Amino acid sequence: MEYHELTIESAGKLLASHQISSFDLTSALIDRIEKYDDEIRSFIIVDKTMALEQAKKADQDIADNKILPLTGVPIALKDLLCTKGIKTTCGSQILNDFIPQYDGTIVNKLKKNGAVIIGKTNLDEFGMGSSTENSSYQITTNPWNKDHVPGGSSGGSAAAVSARFCCAALGTDTGGSIRQPSSHCGVVGLKPTYGRVSRFGLVSYASSLDQIGPITKNVKDAAILMNIISGHDAMDSTSAKVDVPDFTRAFDKFEKGSLKGMTVGIPKEYLCVDGIDPEVEKVFNEAKRIFEDLGVKIKEISLPHTDYVVAAYYIIAPSEASSNLARFDGVKYGFREKVSDDLIDMYKKTKSKGFGPEVKRRIMIGTYALSAGYYDAYYGRASKVRTLIMEDFSKAFGTCDFILSPVAPAPAFKIGENMDDPLTMYLTDIFTLSANMAGIPGISVPAGFSSKGLPIGIQMMGRRFDELSLLRAGYGFEETIGLDKKFPDF
Amino acid sequence: MKISTDEVTKIAHLARLEVEPSQKEKMAEQLSHILGYIDKLKDVDVEGVKLSSGAAFMNNVLREDEVKESPGPLVTLANAPQRDEDFYIVPRVVK
Repeated sequence: MEYHELTIESAGKLLASHQISSFDLTSALIDRIEKYDDEIRSFIIVDKTMALEQAKKADQDIADNKILPLTGVPIALKDLLCTKGIKTTCGSQILNDFIPQYDGTIVNKLKKNGAVIIGKTNLDEFGMGSSTENSSYQITTNPWNKDHVPGGSSGGSAAAVSARFCCAALGTDTGGSIRQPSSHCGVVGLKPTYGRVSRFGLVSYASSLDQIGPITKNVKDAAILMNIISGHDAMDSTSAKVDVPDFTRAFDKFEKGSLKGMTVGIPKEYLCVDGIDPEVEKVFNEAKRIFEDLGVKIKEISLPHTDYVVAAYYIIAPSEASSNLARFDGVKYGFREKVSDDLIDMYKKTKSKGFGPEVKRRIMIGTYALSAGYYDAYYGRASKVRTLIMEDFSKAFGTCDFILSPVAPAPAFKIGENMDDPLTMYLTDIFTLSANMAGIPGISVPAGFSSKGLPIGIQMMGRRFDELSLLRAGYGFEETIGLDKKFPDF
Repeated sequence: MKISTDEVTKIAHLARLEVEPSQKEKMAEQLSHILGYIDKLKDVDVEGVKLSSGAAFMNNVLREDEVKESPGPLVTLANAPQRDEDFYIVPRVVK
């Protein structure tokens, strides 16, 4: 056994039975980061001293027999989650020196359950992007092929799990930012139902769409993290008062054929999306066959408004962003451009210097869409289309338990390939945006490789608050295809 | 939808952003391209459809008013780019 091979589950067992120490595990992973992350560039910050202190404390707790689900397990966090005393940059120059004075609810929950926070991972600035090329600090590479992007915006978290720099990571997902990089990096990523996980301490991009979720080496670990991060939080007014099941129950007595009785829906509109790579289609068809073998009934369904999802999303998300990001004005925190003695001018110079091009572009789109005279035509209309998209899913889930689709139309593209064409980049989000628009959960599970050796995942979307069915189906799929044991060769 | 460079200037002002003169043309072109794509929303019949404000269960959540400890100005103002004790310093507003 090598330290970097450990999952949350296997590390937990070895730690609890005193076969390894958290200090040795954490040190080994930090050594690995120091050795390989120069090329992957998945971490923005690794606080070695703090991580090793937390590991020592975990070892003491284990010696005292105080063992919680994550005691001593090293976990990475997307640098969009506020961590007390550790810089939280959001991938932006505007927060280059920002040190939060509190832990977000989810960071707090991880720490309370004994986790070691190994570092903060790279992302597209404020979560805006699909490739992690929009970080103002560094471009993360795909551990499977360093000429390619890892996906985004949680590209740093997905690459760090794929490169086995940590047992698991947390990402955030506003339009696919957990599922798409997980697919591109060959790991498991779950976006929970909207409201399942508290957003308190998550720096807001588009508040009606954002969710925090796990990025892990296998489906079981995703369930373990879901058990910890789910639940109502009085600090987030959109957090749902809904019972949280034991998600690891999804794996009780799993055997071939035990998915019998489930029905999977295949949206007919997804099969005629422009520009689907034949290799993605092949992996998707193979996944369908695997589910059939597992006893799942296949049913064609219809999501009639699929063709409008990207357009509605790229009004709603930028509109919310233009409002949310107004707070970065150089007054209360973050960067301030000091050249001016006029207030409005100070705001303008601060924002113009602090934000990168994609963030500015989305603020501009959102400001335009919400401006006098255009509100009804853009935001109003997009919000109504969102209602229709939600109704499509409600109808579909009347006849199936989960929906199967590709995650992205193509495997990870080359670094730089789409940088000058924002719209083309937006269109690659077609399969993932719907889950955010409808507020439903979605999981990406590794399903195959392209001829060039790049991972390809499949997506399952489920009913609201039914992550359990996704974990169950995902686990059945993973057990059959066995890709949870495949990682880049270093 | 075609966005002119004048509109770029106007939107940028509303957003409290500055767009470099040399970048205005490109920004206008990119916004026109994106908004042109978004125009397809006009093809959807939304007559009588309700607005959705999100995917949350929105009902009123009420609680008792309780006095709790505040983190205090030292914590709240810890990240201020410029401050004088308990105050944020900003450029003069009233002239």
